[in-house]
Amino acid sequence: MTADAASAPVGKTGAAGPAAAPHGPGARTATAYLRYVAGKLAGAAVSLLAVLVTSFFLFRLIPGDPVKFMTGGRQVSAEQFAHYRAQFGLDLPMWQQFTDYCGKALTGDLGTSYQFNAPVIDKITEALPNTLLLTGTAFVIYTLLGIFLGTRSAWRHGRLGDRLNTGLALTLYSVPSFWLGLLLIVTLSVGIGPLPGLFPTGGMESGGEEGFAYVVDVAHHLVLPVVTLVAVEYGQTLLVTRSALMDEMGSDYLTTARAKGLRDDLVRRRHAVPNALLPTVTLIFINLGRTVAGVILVETVFSWPGLGGLFYQALSVPDLPLVQGLFLVFAAAVIVMNTLADLIYPLLDPRVGR
Amino acid sequence: MTSENGTTKAQTALAVPSRSLAWRRRRDSAARFWRQYRAHRAGLSGLAALLLFALLALTAPLLVGSDVDNVTDAPGGPLEDPSARFPFGTDRFGRNLLGLVIWGARVSLLVGLLAAVLSVAIGTLIGVTAGHFKGWYATVMMRITDWFLVMPTLVLAIALATVMPRSLLTIVVAIGVTTWPTTARLVRAQTLAVETRPYIERARALGGGHWHIMSRHVLPNVMPLVLAQTTLIISTAILAEATLAFLGLGDPTVVSWGALLQDAREAGAVSSGHWWYLVPPGVAIAVVALAFTLCGRAVEQVLNPRLGVSR
Repeated sequence: MTADAASAPVGKTGAAGPAAAPHGPGARTATAYLRYVAGKLAGAAVSLLAVLVTSFFLFRLIPGDPVKFMTGGRQVSAEQFAHYRAQFGLDLPMWQQFTDYCGKALTGDLGTSYQFNAPVIDKITEALPNTLLLTGTAFVIYTLLGIFLGTRSAWRHGRLGDRLNTGLALTLYSVPSFWLGLLLIVTLSVGIGPLPGLFPTGGMESGGEEGFAYVVDVAHHLVLPVVTLVAVEYGQTLLVTRSALMDEMGSDYLTTARAKGLRDDLVRRRHAVPNALLPTVTLIFINLGRTVAGVILVETVFSWPGLGGLFYQALSVPDLPLVQGLFLVFAAAVIVMNTLADLIYPLLDPRVGR
Repeated sequence: MTSENGTTKAQTALAVPSRSLAWRRRRDSAARFWRQYRAHRAGLSGLAALLLFALLALTAPLLVGSDVDNVTDAPGGPLEDPSARFPFGTDRFGRNLLGLVIWGARVSLLVGLLAAVLSVAIGTLIGVTAGHFKGWYATVMMRITDWFLVMPTLVLAIALATVMPRSLLTIVVAIGVTTWPTTARLVRAQTLAVETRPYIERARALGGGHWHIMSRHVLPNVMPLVLAQTTLIISTAILAEATLAFLGLGDPTVVSWGALLQDAREAGAVSSGHWWYLVPPGVAIAVVALAFTLCGRAVEQVLNPRLGVSR
């Protein structure tokens, strides 16, 4: 979202401002950094707690009884009903439900999945590596691609190449990720007319492969989901990098660098880009929330056995303990990644966090 | 507005000259805005696309008839190929896909507009009040905003839509209450900037209360920003609506572009290679979302030339 791009730098300095102790210039000490780290960690802890509270009360918003909601009109005997109520702790008073929930969640017990009849945490740890593989690969590719294209676009802004670049990025940015995924499956997996199916339609492995063949097989399954994610996400990085670099381009030090007689390419790589990357890094992490949404849809469309696919399965039942647990995991993941970015940021930019 | 009291025009103009002056100024600035907006070619094409879709949505009952989404009395066989009679083919119930896509524009645009208005209204309210009242209120509000900002918006919207009854209102609320934080941040920054101006001090010295300052001085100054923000959020909201409908969280009785795609997937259009079932609704979503984004960027560039340079 371009609006994010505009607002987030404001947000970042605003958030870093109070935490950054007003030391004089040059007073960058280890204690100052530690104080900054402590502030950020405390903030993250509060956010995580808020997520925990939200996830508890959100799923108590359901009109009527949660058990009725989940069993959805199916015939359930009175004993079964009482069993489920007891299992979800619904027979206890609200405050006790809440303290139980928090206590259990902190020890990693997220309840039992209604659909799989297995602990929610087991389902999550099972699916997590697959999601990390997909998201990690896509994240690295779209970040590098976005920065590369954004730099080129800003350096030659206003020219045809820039206009095509930004236009394509904006168009792909407006395309629903699930739809792009479906189209890729139809054209490249199922095949239209003379086109043969080049890629598998979904899943993560064909089964029965061992060793190196298994790796190749998984990579083959990985191509289309990764392409979809990269296509819908790289535009954001491109636009952010482009606008950050264009802000830098009027700076005096670039004129100086050029006046020294440095080659254009060197001015860009050694002077302009490193400075423009600072706001970009923050925004990339802030936008991770959008990537999470993309992952849910892409995994659903490609039947990738990860957290997003699990979320979709849980939604369609609806399997509330699993939805609740995954909600917690997604929100926590974004908060943790944002905190990590906050912690790395002062190491990249000495002006922050002193 | 000036001549509504039954008095003659001259009298009104004499009685409230400042008001008619204000209206002339607004007319002038609207004309200036349009002159500058016209210079943005991308913004103009976005506007043209939007007008076309708005026209289609408004005239849909005349164009395709209101029984286009009737499942029991469908005109064709299920999953027919595109033909002269059905330019986009038919859906899994044998309904005319072209008609459904036109009909779907009504829901998608309506939900997108309402959700964006709700989102921007919340964001503006919180942004203006947090910028105006300093102290603990602002601190608490901005903490909440920061927290919402890092939350994965769609996950929160999905969770909300899961626990609330299936209806269009649910979708509007789920999108509206999860997408406001960026607006709140932008509006607060603008409010802080406006409040340092001398005329605010003048208004305060003349006895202007909080409400007067916020509604008469701050709000008109943040409105341009709010307008640009609304346009940008509509495209987010339309995408979010399509996503929620695709995940089966929408109102099952309503035809929207996202719901059509969900239908297509459930009907096995993907594995059977019925690409023409998938293409039209998705293109419609992408075109409308892109059109709103282009308009929003053009509005932003006109109203904030400094931003214009950097984009």
